[in-house]
Amino acid sequence: MTIPRDKALTALIPHVTRGDIVVAVYQTCFDWLALNPRDLNYVAVGAMGQASSHGLGLTLANPDRRVFVLDGDGSLLMNLGSLVTIAGAGASNLYHFVFANRVYEVNGLQPLPGREALDFAGLARAAGYAGAEAFSDLNDFEDNLDAILDRPGPQLAELQIVPGAPYPQRYDYIHSSEARETFRRALNG
Amino acid sequence: MSAPAPSGAAIIAGIKTAGVREVVALPDIVTSDGLLWPISRDPEFRLTRVCKEDEGVSICAAMSFNGTRAVMMMQQTGLMDSLNVIRAVGVDYENPVVMFVGLQGKEVDRLPKDSSSYGVRIIQPILDAMSLSHSLIEGPGDEAQIPATIDTAYESARPHVFLIGRPPEAP
Repeated sequence: MTIPRDKALTALIPHVTRGDIVVAVYQTCFDWLALNPRDLNYVAVGAMGQASSHGLGLTLANPDRRVFVLDGDGSLLMNLGSLVTIAGAGASNLYHFVFANRVYEVNGLQPLPGREALDFAGLARAAGYAGAEAFSDLNDFEDNLDAILDRPGPQLAELQIVPGAPYPQRYDYIHSSEARETFRRALNG
Repeated sequence: MSAPAPSGAAIIAGIKTAGVREVVALPDIVTSDGLLWPISRDPEFRLTRVCKEDEGVSICAAMSFNGTRAVMMMQQTGLMDSLNVIRAVGVDYENPVVMFVGLQGKEVDRLPKDSSSYGVRIIQPILDAMSLSHSLIEGPGDEAQIPATIDTAYESARPHVFLIGRPPEAP
C-alpha cells in the first residue's frame, strides 16, 4: 500500500499552524507550495540533502516555533548523519516527514541504492530520535498525526508515497531572493 | 625559535564581541585544544556538534534568518567537502556563513600558499576562484580582525572564511 503524495500533504495542512515553519524539498516542495502557499514556507535549502540541517538551524534559532521538515528519501540519504546531529541537539520542536518513493523522482526516476531494505524510521530511532513511525496507508497516517505532533521532537514519520496530482516545478521561485525575503519578513514580522 | 601562536582566548573573545553565541563544529586537530575544547566548556556558547561539515554550513545559514549569529569550525578537508553547499547556500543565496578553518598540515614557518602540502596549498586559490572572502589567523594580533570581519559578513550577507594557520594557544 502507498499514499499519494498530495493526499499526505493535504492531510498535514490542518496541523500546520500560522507560526510553524515548513522546510520542504524538490517535488514535495513544489506540491506543498501549490497546496499550501504561506510565507513561512522555507525553500532555500540550496543543495540536495540539506533540508534536515536547515530545519535544525531554524529549530535551534526559533525555539518557540515548530519546524516541519518535508524531506525526500534520496535527499535524506545524502545527509544521514543529520539524524544523529538532530537527535544529539535535542531538537524538541522538529518534526521530520520523509516522503519515500524509493526513486530520484526529479532526476529521471532512477532507483535509490538499497531501496528494498531502506527503513528510515528505523534509522531515526537508532540515531536517537524521540519517536519514529512508518506509514503506508493514508487513513492510518491521518489517524496518528495528532499523536505524533503532541509528542516532543524530534519525531520522524516515514511515508511510503507515490506521485499524486502533478504540480508545477517552480525552480525559479525556490532559488529566488523573493522566496528568501518573504520568509525572512514573515519570521521577523 | 618559531614565531608565537595566535591566542585562543583572543579568538574566542573576538567571536563573543561579534555577538556570536552559537558555535557549530566538527573537530579539527589544529583548533581542538585552543578553541573547541574551551568553547565546549564556556557557558556563554551553545555548541552543536555535527557529523559532517556541510550540515554546519546549512545550520549557520538557517540560523541567520532571524539574525542569530553563528560560526562553523572545521578543518580544511571539511571545507573542501562542503564547497557545493557553501556555493549554493552561502554565495548564491547570500547568507552570512562564517567559518573558522584549521589548516592541518601547514608548516609553522610557511604561508599557506608556500606549504609543501598540496591540500593546504590549494585552499586560498580555491577560495579566490569562488570569490569567497577569507583571511589568515597565523599569529598574535591577527585575532583583532575577527569582530569587524564577522560584522561585515552579516551586514553584507556574505560568507567569510578565517583560515587558522597555527594551533592557537589554549586559554
